[in-house]
Amino acid sequence: MEKPFNTYWRANLKYLSILLSIWFLVSFGFGILFVDFMNQFQIGGFKLGFWFAQQGSIYVFVALIFLYVFLMNRLDDKTLE
Amino acid sequence: MVGITFTLYIGIAIWSRASSTKEFYVAGEGVSPIANGMATAADWMSAASFISMAGIISFTGYDGSVYLMGWTGGYVLLALLLAPYLRKFGQFTVPDFIGDRYYSKTARAVAVFCALIVSFTYIAGQMRGVGLVFSRYLSVDINTGVFIGMGIVLFYAVLGGMKGITYTQVAQYCVLIFAFLVPAIFISMIMTGVAIPQIGMGSEGADGMYLLEKLDGLHRELGFHQYTSGSKSTLDVFLITAALMMGTAGLPHVIVRFFTVKKVRDARKSAGWALLFIAILYTTAPAIAVFARTNLIQTVSNKPYETLPEWFSNWETTGLLTYTDKNQDGLVQYVADPEINELVIDKDIIVMANPEIANLPNWVIGLMAAGALAAALSTAAGLLLVISSSVSHDLLKKIIYPEITDKGELIAARVASVFAVILAGYFGINPPDFVAATVALAFGLAAASFFPAIVMGIFSKRMNKEGVISGMVVGISLMLFYMMKFKLGFFGGGTSEDWWFGVSPEGFGTLAMCANILIAILISYRTPAPPKEVQLMVDEIRKP
Repeated sequence: MEKPFNTYWRANLKYLSILLSIWFLVSFGFGILFVDFMNQFQIGGFKLGFWFAQQGSIYVFVALIFLYVFLMNRLDDKTLE
Repeated sequence: MVGITFTLYIGIAIWSRASSTKEFYVAGEGVSPIANGMATAADWMSAASFISMAGIISFTGYDGSVYLMGWTGGYVLLALLLAPYLRKFGQFTVPDFIGDRYYSKTARAVAVFCALIVSFTYIAGQMRGVGLVFSRYLSVDINTGVFIGMGIVLFYAVLGGMKGITYTQVAQYCVLIFAFLVPAIFISMIMTGVAIPQIGMGSEGADGMYLLEKLDGLHRELGFHQYTSGSKSTLDVFLITAALMMGTAGLPHVIVRFFTVKKVRDARKSAGWALLFIAILYTTAPAIAVFARTNLIQTVSNKPYETLPEWFSNWETTGLLTYTDKNQDGLVQYVADPEINELVIDKDIIVMANPEIANLPNWVIGLMAAGALAAALSTAAGLLLVISSSVSHDLLKKIIYPEITDKGELIAARVASVFAVILAGYFGINPPDFVAATVALAFGLAAASFFPAIVMGIFSKRMNKEGVISGMVVGISLMLFYMMKFKLGFFGGGTSEDWWFGVSPEGFGTLAMCANILIAILISYRTPAPPKEVQLMVDEIRKP
């Protein structure tokens, strides 16, 4: 059990670091730190930075959780086989 | 409308009575992920989310984004870092985890103390919200409103415990989201011809100009900062968002919802559903904010007072909207400069008067009342459960009187929730001045105490009780100190000029959390590692 468990935990940590980097990038990155830079671009009537701060980041958050659910379910099944 | 929804809630409560402590605390661990997601969403979205948030965004524009990102981004942390592991651990409360993981009654007691502070500041605000809604829509006295609210919550929370609360919250979510979306969709159609508010917000108005561009233009004309860019410093926006996110993930009444599902898998999935259901309201709110702001400025700015529509005088009588003709020209000057400005508008009007401003039928207004009540009651009930389980389970069973029977504990839990409702009702009727100031700061407190303690407990096997207790104590004391100094004027008070590094009290939670982690790590490496069985427990929590 120890060996597959270690691989399982490392894979989990890898997923976490990737997903949390995206989490940080869309909210703190696009929505706050680089908001002025992003605001040069426009989609429809939205300035891009403003859109990420009030809309885009929230959509990405939802997608991130469901992606994590999918990845972990797959990983669980593989480890428990 | 309100009557129908109340009958529904009570019916559900009778159908789902709790008969054991397991049912009372965690609904027998048998809730499906989607139902739990909805219940979490209703639990989470309070009177403030429903009534005030769109208004705050409407008046602050980009600065309001901190709430949107902060209160949703926390769920990513919750789903990835906390919920699955806490479900695997499989106990009833957050202090349960802290107490067992850090093998210490002191740690458990500190956690109980933090849970009670956070929950009480929060619940008083909810009861007040219930009273306000009653008094505005149903023209009963605000205190009577609080009493009615207390009665309803008491009935289903005491009878059904977590089980009753969960299924009423599912119903309450449906009511509140319907009430929030209907006027938003109508207004979006009227203003932009697009039925989806999230898209309508970035579309063109009837005159072919993008709404947001027009709004920025109006703001420049009147001297406000541009709607799509902020007035707060980047550092402050960053820290406030972070504090709200980590506070959300650390709030005990939200975490405890993930103890109610069957499996670890379901805990992850239900966090996803919860955020999806929350996102429906949270992405609509900024759209309402834009529509309402544009509508408002166009309707009142430089218009003669006599020609203003009826809703204006309706809300004037409530005192939430005041007009003083300073230069005696009979026109409404609504500008940023307080010397010239003649119109003062309370932020809560934006959502509540929205249907009237857009000329929607009367039943929509009744719907708003039912929705706001659903939001306030569901949150109050969730908090109530945290308070009663902290007392009956964490204090009584785990610390003071471990021999208590399951039945005795159930009675204690019910008695504790009766007392908690009465106390909350008292604060709702006699709101102490500090309530309004501290509700927003409950997040800072949760971020500075629970969040790091739980995350370190899962992701570090080396973290021990000495480290975590001193971390939590330092974190919450720093936060309490900063909050009292700059919000309540204790310890010499101070203005925004004196803020440390220019950080507002709302954003200070992030710094207090960093202090918590730093202290915890430093001390844990100078004290012995946790015992073997605790390290094995951590291994067990991490396994699929």
